[in-house]
Amino acid sequence: MNAILSLAWQSLLNRKGSVILTIVAVALSVALFLGVDKARTGAREGFGNTISGTDLIIGAPTGSVNLLLYAVFRMGNATAEVSWPTYQQIAAREDIAWTVPVSLGDSHRGFRVMGTTPDYFVHYKYAGGRPLALAEGAVFDDLFDAVIGAEVARTLDYRLGDELTLSHGLGASDFGSGHDNRPFRVSGILARTGTPVDRTVHVSLEAITAIHVGWETGAKNPLADTISEDVIRSFDLTPKTVTAVFAGLERKGTILTTRRAINTNRGEPLMAIIPGEALAELWSVTALAERALMAVSVFVIAVGLVSILTSILTSLNERRREMSILRAVGARPGHIFSLLVMEAGLIGFTGAAIGIALIHGLLALVGPAMQERFGVAMLGGGPGLTDIVTLGAVTLAALVIGAVPAWAAFRRSLADGLSVRL
Amino acid sequence: MATPLIAIEALRFAWKGGPPVLDIAHFRLQPGERLFLRGPSGSGKSTLLGLIAGVLVPQDGQIRVLGEDLSALSPAARDRLRADRLGVIFQMFNLVPYLSVTGNVLLPLHFSPARRRALGAGAETEARRLLARLGLDDEALLRRRVSDLSVGQQQRVAAARALIGGPAIVIADEPTSALDADARDRFITLLSEEAARTGAGLLFVSHDASLARLFDRSVDLAAINRVSTSA
Repeated sequence: MNAILSLAWQSLLNRKGSVILTIVAVALSVALFLGVDKARTGAREGFGNTISGTDLIIGAPTGSVNLLLYAVFRMGNATAEVSWPTYQQIAAREDIAWTVPVSLGDSHRGFRVMGTTPDYFVHYKYAGGRPLALAEGAVFDDLFDAVIGAEVARTLDYRLGDELTLSHGLGASDFGSGHDNRPFRVSGILARTGTPVDRTVHVSLEAITAIHVGWETGAKNPLADTISEDVIRSFDLTPKTVTAVFAGLERKGTILTTRRAINTNRGEPLMAIIPGEALAELWSVTALAERALMAVSVFVIAVGLVSILTSILTSLNERRREMSILRAVGARPGHIFSLLVMEAGLIGFTGAAIGIALIHGLLALVGPAMQERFGVAMLGGGPGLTDIVTLGAVTLAALVIGAVPAWAAFRRSLADGLSVRL
Repeated sequence: MATPLIAIEALRFAWKGGPPVLDIAHFRLQPGERLFLRGPSGSGKSTLLGLIAGVLVPQDGQIRVLGEDLSALSPAARDRLRADRLGVIFQMFNLVPYLSVTGNVLLPLHFSPARRRALGAGAETEARRLLARLGLDDEALLRRRVSDLSVGQQQRVAAARALIGGPAIVIADEPTSALDADARDRFITLLSEEAARTGAGLLFVSHDASLARLFDRSVDLAAINRVSTSA
């Protein structure tokens, strides 16, 4: 068999031109497949890394995915809020160690604004327990201080001390319907996390109340601008409602009973979700698209494999002479069969190996930039199990496909005898 | 008398669905004999060689190679017999294009453990010795791609390949038809000498009757084949 393998190898070297093209086709298809797979697992990991250390997220009753989306991913809107007294009741529960209320609904040039307490920067963790860190400045102290995420700072080129105004709702415009009468000052810039925190402007809960003075009817009162900042500072700025509450438990063991207690709260209806559970549910929603993407890349590999078939089949005619020489020196038809099967296998193996090297090289090159821009970590850290399984599967499939031309040559070598009859 | 290398009795062969091509009552190749088999093209020479090599199977009659009845052997056993005991030279395009000169000469050893054992570690040396005997000892020449060799050089490489490991029978199918007269005679002389040295019987097939003088014995295929070749 070794002799046949070496013959197969030398035969491929002899047809370098067309063989290299076929190998490139296989390599690209394998690289695409693995790229999609790594993006998928990277995105899943990034998803899972978005929040950690928080045991429960509490909000007004809605879907658990919806609550997760708006509270953590800053996507979509809350349909209802949690009243302040109810929040205080939750915070006072004995089984709850800490709570961080957040208030959402405003934006700044496309970035979501979140009102919260300084505790947010203590308790919010990501990527397996990493705390938020300030790259520059400090957590908000004054009413009109803002702490911005790394992406906000980069995109809008904000430095410490820069002023920014918020807009009401999620419109991109900062004019007219905005809170342009109440400018904020950048007091801190967070270090990059690769999570939605990077795209968030954080202000205090009181600030959210303050900028909505004069908005009690849901639209801006024309007189709102006449209220001076000093007057506002003298108001009681305790919020009337919050959008969601992040909570940590005293003991992890009570998580299910605490959740049930909150879900069946007498008085204001509430909903508590376990972030990991909701993340899994969210992921199952995206799994369909993910599967479709995987299916497409599997088909691309199939196309690569078919190109192996084509390249060997088209070479068969001009190789009839070679086959009868091999027969004459004692090769059995089985040898001819294995020669062609091994050629296909070698192309498959080499193509897959190059494809794996290609995608790893590419990720090593652009991976860090991608992680920075999109928060998707695509670095597997060297060839992983998926790569090895792919390598094996592609090689095996190539061997199986190689049986088609091999069978044709096998039949022919039986019929041709020693001389080629054309 | 020793067992003939090749013994054919009442052989009949036709390609599938076609008319009979060969009908040979009797044919022998004796040990050490250098036999010239003459036949015009299309007379069934190549078919006969395919039968002797065990690649084709006759519908009727018997072919014994080294005493073995080929029809009684399994296809794999026939392939093994050919690999171990036969050397074959074709008319042209004898070489595997992707192997080096020595790679081509050593090719039969891949398929024949017996020949491999016979040479042991000295296979490479033997290949070079055979090539040198056949006038191919230029190192630069040995490194060239086989497709860059002249036809005469290619045929000598093919002869070395047929002879390596000491086969009992060397079969040559019009190996000189692409050579000029000088090269042709030289090639046949070298081939005969080497065959004689290893004790191999030589079955040399050609349409060119003028070559008969270079051999021990000459047989006209048309005389022994009872199928009319004019059809």
